[in-house]
Amino acid sequence: MTENLKTIVSSETKTVEIHRSKPTVIIGERINPTGRKSLLAELKAGVFDIVKRDAVAQVEAGAAIIDVNAGVPGVDEEPILRDMMQAVMEVTDAPLCIDTADSTALESALSIYKGKALINSVNGEEERLEAVLPLVKEYDASVIALCMDDEGIPPTAEDRFRIAAKMVERADKLGISAERLVFDPLALTMGSDHNAGMIAINTIRMIVEEFGTNITMGASNISFGLPNRPIINATFIAMSILAGLTCPITNPLEEEVNLGIQAADLVMARDEFGMNWIKSYRARVKKS
Amino acid sequence: MSEILSTISTLVIEGNFGEMVDKTNAALEEGLGAEEILNNGLMPGMDHVGVEFKAGNMFVPEVLRSAKAMQEAMEIIRPMLIESDAPTAGKVVLGTVKGDLHDIGKNLVGMMCEGAGFEIIDLGKDVEPEAFVNAVKEHKPNILGMSALLTTTMRTMERTIKALEEAGVRDTVKVMIGGAPVTQDFASQIGADGYAANAASASEMAKRFAG
Repeated sequence: MTENLKTIVSSETKTVEIHRSKPTVIIGERINPTGRKSLLAELKAGVFDIVKRDAVAQVEAGAAIIDVNAGVPGVDEEPILRDMMQAVMEVTDAPLCIDTADSTALESALSIYKGKALINSVNGEEERLEAVLPLVKEYDASVIALCMDDEGIPPTAEDRFRIAAKMVERADKLGISAERLVFDPLALTMGSDHNAGMIAINTIRMIVEEFGTNITMGASNISFGLPNRPIINATFIAMSILAGLTCPITNPLEEEVNLGIQAADLVMARDEFGMNWIKSYRARVKKS
Repeated sequence: MSEILSTISTLVIEGNFGEMVDKTNAALEEGLGAEEILNNGLMPGMDHVGVEFKAGNMFVPEVLRSAKAMQEAMEIIRPMLIESDAPTAGKVVLGTVKGDLHDIGKNLVGMMCEGAGFEIIDLGKDVEPEAFVNAVKEHKPNILGMSALLTTTMRTMERTIKALEEAGVRDTVKVMIGGAPVTQDFASQIGADGYAANAASASEMAKRFAG
């Protein structure tokens, strides 16, 4: 078994260490206008109240890193991404995950960010590797690396692992060490293929065994098209944590998922004396 | 309605693809025509599936099984339908736009539309605007359906509509769009003819547009 690597993500004042011996790090996914009409309307009007409220609520619910996605159709991403990041940084000191496919917007965002950012994302496509990896290097950042390439998303864990290995090699050539790559095995929905969960989990196992890197995953897609989604998501995340998932991208305001992660950490012996579990129980009882 | 046709409907609804080949052949042996099997067996079945899916009573894996059941029958009767030149509900060209690899929603739309009697020309995913234009020229469909699941790729729908205009074929086809980030507002803004929130609505809209 390879040694588990540590990924450091920081803001100006706060450092988050992602490591397999520590409690799972939640990357809060809420600040993303895709499918959120009210947020979309605010962003188009240059208003950031929901962004700020979501940032605070996610941190209070346990998110350690806040993902910021500025994909507003028809709006230039560069200024709006920076404005959204500024809004989040005003209300929380949690480090940011900069979520964009636009490399101009990415570079601009990195240039104003104080700390070591997590970039979301690169993948095995040549064009993306060439655009994103130099920025990872230049800004001393870490990056989420999706296990897909120019050919799309491979249907097998073996082929996804091969793409991960290629990305480790490409990063290494630029002097970016593997701990700065956080792999996403890509969870497709079990609604159209019931094997999707195990393909993702086996990909995690293979990557962790070979490289010891940290693993992220957007895990809510897994249940698309099926009833009772939160329970599926929570169970899938818990099982993935056993396989090696260390920093899921999820909505910590979804209670089932949040509690599932905390319970998984307890089972993984990462919650000494169960103090986190008890603390979170008391906080909820007090609220209700 | 004959008993065998109602059995075929039930097989579609239950997603019982294993028995479909036998029952379809049995219907043909009873002297029923391909068109009758499609219109009075398969289509009412898929129609029911669409209603139940839209209502949240059926789920994606079940719809996929139903579609598979329908496919089993279609493989037998499709050549007969073509040979007899049976009228279809129309033609639908479908695809997920350039840069986007999500195809579950698009596939569901294809299955529902096929269940509604349309001929489907599925261009797959990651489809360039030019490929849509060429397909419209070649197949002369009633409907062009585009899907995008990312805020970064939905603008490509607009580019595709512009490309249709430039090629002078925009008015020959109704453009329907869908996908998680897509809204009615967006559809109006880019000049699409319709937005459908789910596969069942898409097939209903296709029927309206083609009718």
